[in-house]
Amino acid sequence: MRTVTVVGASLSGLYAARELRAQGYDGHLVVIGDEPHHPYDRPPLSKGFLTGRADENQLALTDAEESAELDAEWMLGVRARALDARGRTVVLDDGRTVSTDGLVIATGARARRLPGDALAGVHTLRTLDDARALREELTRGPRRVVVIGGGFVGAETASSCSSLGHSVTVVEAAPLPLTPHLGTGMAAVCAALHRRGGVDLVTGTGVAGLRGTLTVSGVELTDGRTLAADLVIVGIGATPNTSWLAGSALALRDGVLCDDGCVTALPQVVAVGDVARVGGVRAEHWTSATQQPRVAVTNLLAGRTVATADAVPYFWSDQYGARIQFAGRRGEGDTVRITEGELSDGAPAEGGFLARYERNGRTTAVLAVDRPRPFMRARRELTRETAVAATGE
Amino acid sequence: MIPVCRIEDLPKGESVRVEATPPVAVFHTDDGELHAIDDTCTHQDASLSEGWLEGCLVECPLHAASFDLRTGMPTCLPARRAVRTHRVTVDDGVIHVHLAAEEGTAA
Repeated sequence: MRTVTVVGASLSGLYAARELRAQGYDGHLVVIGDEPHHPYDRPPLSKGFLTGRADENQLALTDAEESAELDAEWMLGVRARALDARGRTVVLDDGRTVSTDGLVIATGARARRLPGDALAGVHTLRTLDDARALREELTRGPRRVVVIGGGFVGAETASSCSSLGHSVTVVEAAPLPLTPHLGTGMAAVCAALHRRGGVDLVTGTGVAGLRGTLTVSGVELTDGRTLAADLVIVGIGATPNTSWLAGSALALRDGVLCDDGCVTALPQVVAVGDVARVGGVRAEHWTSATQQPRVAVTNLLAGRTVATADAVPYFWSDQYGARIQFAGRRGEGDTVRITEGELSDGAPAEGGFLARYERNGRTTAVLAVDRPRPFMRARRELTRETAVAATGE
Repeated sequence: MIPVCRIEDLPKGESVRVEATPPVAVFHTDDGELHAIDDTCTHQDASLSEGWLEGCLVECPLHAASFDLRTGMPTCLPARRAVRTHRVTVDDGVIHVHLAAEEGTAA
């Protein structure tokens, strides 16, 4: 391969570029990013960056020294518009084209929007520019904030807003937030953190619409109520950025379909990060975005699938002063047992807890709130057991 | 110089966080060595004293960055900056940390 192009200049795109060089690829390397910024870390955007504890310098994922070592051609602030049927030509928004022998798709996902969200005071939180705009507005004195969506971005943003002294309500359409991730029982425990943070959690009701003429003034709920709001944050998930691939030969279904090794329908095209549906699963986790590139690049350089991405899924969330960590693959009907620490009034007690999800006497997943050390031990056990199971014991 | 605890209160394989500014993590390795580094991971806000100790490496409990306790240097991503190391002594059975800043050494 003389040229490899990475489309997407965020976490997984950068890790892919690093892996290419680490695995000995010494040809021309092009990195295309739609944002004008060099790669930065998104997790702090809803947490430390919003509260002012972390500044933009701390978000940088790379520096001048490393950039020089990578010896890549960075094309930033320009969006990829199309990929030809052979997967050999990337067409950019400004009409330029990039010819390539190998391609890494790392275009990520974008924040899902609500109808009518063009009103002033309505925000999403996905990019650095989103976070800058929101942070600026949060410094203009106390606001009535409504966060739509109680997932990780919603909860962390609500927590940050509340810690800055704003009055915050979270609206969640489901009976409980985070149920798909944690299951009902533990979702209820984590939902109690909102209360601890002084945030109102309204569940089981959707949003009928946003009120306001130029600036948002309220959120109409499907149960007929209207919540007054000066500021609305829409945190209702993300959509993978695949529309630019519509004319390509790649199979798209809520992401770019890949085998277990991140390889798409074309052997010289791999996909990583939030945009990739790897072996049927699309994970929007930071850790997946850092782990998949190693396997993807190995397979890209080999020209076929020789390695698979089978790491135990892991994610974390910091909210209301609590650190939630989860690893594994939970199934419906798993029993959940608290093995360290305890609950107090349905919420994590002081000192947190460790919970195990179990099926047929085996641990399928672990969840910890403020128990990093035992969590780490349990996560390692899980990784070891998964490796043993994969080799047929 | 900060007293930490008695040596017998920090068995091999264990670590303890010292509430200095910034906080310091003290490790007692399986080989019996004592090391002290800044407790906060240089990547993001996590306490290295709660990390996974293996030999003279500690792995961050949040994102699995790893640091060499002897030098403070990161040995893998996502950390790219070193943590400061601090000198450790045992006087009359009590572990003491000598903060790098106080000793006037460069981080």
